[in-house]
Amino acid sequence: MRAIAKCKWSFACLLAGAQNFGFSMSAILIIEQILNGLQFGVMLFLMAAGLTLIFGVMGLINLAHGSLYMVGAFAAASMAGLTGSFFIGLLAALIAAALAGAIIEIVVIRRLYKAAHLDQVLATFALILIFSEGTRWLFGSFPLFLEIPALLSGPVALPGGIQYPLYRLSLIAIGLAVAVGLWALIEKTRIGIQIRAGENDREMIAALGVDISKLYTLVFALGAALAGTAGALVGAIQSVQVGMGEPVLILAFVVIVIGGIGSIRGAFIGALLVGLTDTLGGVFLPELLKLFMETGSAQKTGSAFASMGIYILMGGVLIWKPTGLFGARA
Amino acid sequence: MNKFLMATAALALGATSVFADVKIGMITTLSGGGAGLGIDVRDGFMLAIAQSGRNDIDVVIEDDQRKPDIAVQLSDKMIQSERVDIMTGIIWSNLAMAVVPAVTNQNVFYLSPNAGPSLLAGRGCNENYFNVAWQNDNLHEAAGAYANNAGYKNSFIMAPNYPAGQDALTGYKRFHTGDLAGEVFTKLGQTDYAAEIAQIRASGADSVYFFLPGGMGISFLKQYADSGIDIPVVGPAFSFDQGILQAVGAAALGVVNTSQWNKDIDNPTNAAFVETFQAAYGRLPSLYASQGFDTANLLISALETAHPSDADSFRDALRAANFDSTRGKFAFGPNHHPIQTIYAREVIQEGDVFTNKIIGVAFENHSDAYAGDCKM
Repeated sequence: MRAIAKCKWSFACLLAGAQNFGFSMSAILIIEQILNGLQFGVMLFLMAAGLTLIFGVMGLINLAHGSLYMVGAFAAASMAGLTGSFFIGLLAALIAAALAGAIIEIVVIRRLYKAAHLDQVLATFALILIFSEGTRWLFGSFPLFLEIPALLSGPVALPGGIQYPLYRLSLIAIGLAVAVGLWALIEKTRIGIQIRAGENDREMIAALGVDISKLYTLVFALGAALAGTAGALVGAIQSVQVGMGEPVLILAFVVIVIGGIGSIRGAFIGALLVGLTDTLGGVFLPELLKLFMETGSAQKTGSAFASMGIYILMGGVLIWKPTGLFGARA
Repeated sequence: MNKFLMATAALALGATSVFADVKIGMITTLSGGGAGLGIDVRDGFMLAIAQSGRNDIDVVIEDDQRKPDIAVQLSDKMIQSERVDIMTGIIWSNLAMAVVPAVTNQNVFYLSPNAGPSLLAGRGCNENYFNVAWQNDNLHEAAGAYANNAGYKNSFIMAPNYPAGQDALTGYKRFHTGDLAGEVFTKLGQTDYAAEIAQIRASGADSVYFFLPGGMGISFLKQYADSGIDIPVVGPAFSFDQGILQAVGAAALGVVNTSQWNKDIDNPTNAAFVETFQAAYGRLPSLYASQGFDTANLLISALETAHPSDADSFRDALRAANFDSTRGKFAFGPNHHPIQTIYAREVIQEGDVFTNKIIGVAFENHSDAYAGDCKM
């Protein structure tokens, strides 16, 4: 116990502390769970990045973002089914979601920029229903099959004797690569400058001769492509089914509220926080409660409380920083 | 599909007839992650109604989206404005707990084609509530008994945190005599099981028992297969039903699961059911479809004796269960839950199709643990 008294909040101390308090789990398990949290977080980031960009640049609340995630997963599953290649499916997901995004922007969303948020919510909610029923009509109500590509299947051994699925590691790598790519796009390119300018003052950049409606379509399609990619990537390890996007959408909203609306960096940090809180909370809370109660009810209560974890996190962040971690405006 | 349309058309005509029609309210899950289950129950139910040739039965079908609040609204609407005589359809036990007591208290009959929460079988039983499928614990009890026979002594068990999930683990533990390497409740509707899989890997279990119906089971099985863990899994049929197997693929081959029904149960009713279901809908029926089918046939058999407005006679007719079940022998216990045989099945591949085959009997004439608490 003396060692614990000395150390404060380093990772090793947390581990030592956890073991001292009687957690029946090893360091390996904890590291594995942190990887799981990271993987969940980066996939959430792909969703949240598009959502926050669209809100930041166009001031639009897009509830149909989850539908684009579903479009990506279905496009990937059907193309992979036809061609036998997951990677062609992934490409199809990206294209299908970007196309779907561009089309709904031009046909529906464009009319909503000047409308009140409530009208936007109503119209994009209608889009959810249209997408869900349309997908059901095309593909039926039963889940589709989408498999992890053979190249990335199975576990790999990490240093320290950790067995971890290669596919999940690849998801972390892809998520981080997309984050870097988005950062470069926004900070280093001409389009990025226009996007940032659009966030600050859309009348002014229109006056300066930037084709604002083309920019909006582009941003919307970019956000949609990110969501579709996430849907396809996650679809390989989950169930590809109608309505799969809505639970993720709720989490993505939590992420952008925590990160600060309109901020890509905020979305990234927020997504990792939510991913880690959700995964680690679900594992450790029941373990913690086992110290006070018998296993069965500790599990029940612990998992009930763990589901609230991310919302408590969101509440805490909002009390501390009402505009979110990196939010510029309320 | 044609048959379904014809049935609906026939029903629409039936509604205008001058005789005392019977109105049935079906609330089930037709959208979202649990849709496959509700659609199977509905399709099985409507198939039996169409086959009965009766045009005086009017079925109102509504989608609860697996949300308890919506299910409650729908049931209020059905009882108060549609004035239904009988209700049915609910898949999920948390929804059943929210709806069924209110329904039976208003003297409307409720026939459950799926959800069988322990409370409604025991202290909360009601003379107007009949469960045609099983009490929730049943298939899990059978799995616990199977695990003993297979020599599993240290199981890791897992279910979603809602009434049926709690019943599931209780049922498994009631018959499994070995130790538990771990016991985990997941979120209802959870799609990522990485955290649980890591716990399984670290637990030192010799078997994994999981109850994850619908899309949850698909996600878990795909992720489990990819994790490289080779601890054998056991489950109730809900984790391996016909709707799940195609989306899981080869990952489920060889897994043993427990069910009160399978397409190879040898009796004429079942053979005809499997054949006509495939002809009508172009897919193999699941156990949910068989439950919907049996529920409708029970209902039709009772209607031949009495109209639901004559509640006592109608209840007696239901209790007699004088119909040909796809499961063969079928009878109700004193708490209106089935007494039936529960089988062990194995996941096999027939051509391109993944399906189940019966490999043995887990229980004969199995009732439930709560019947004694039921005072009607």
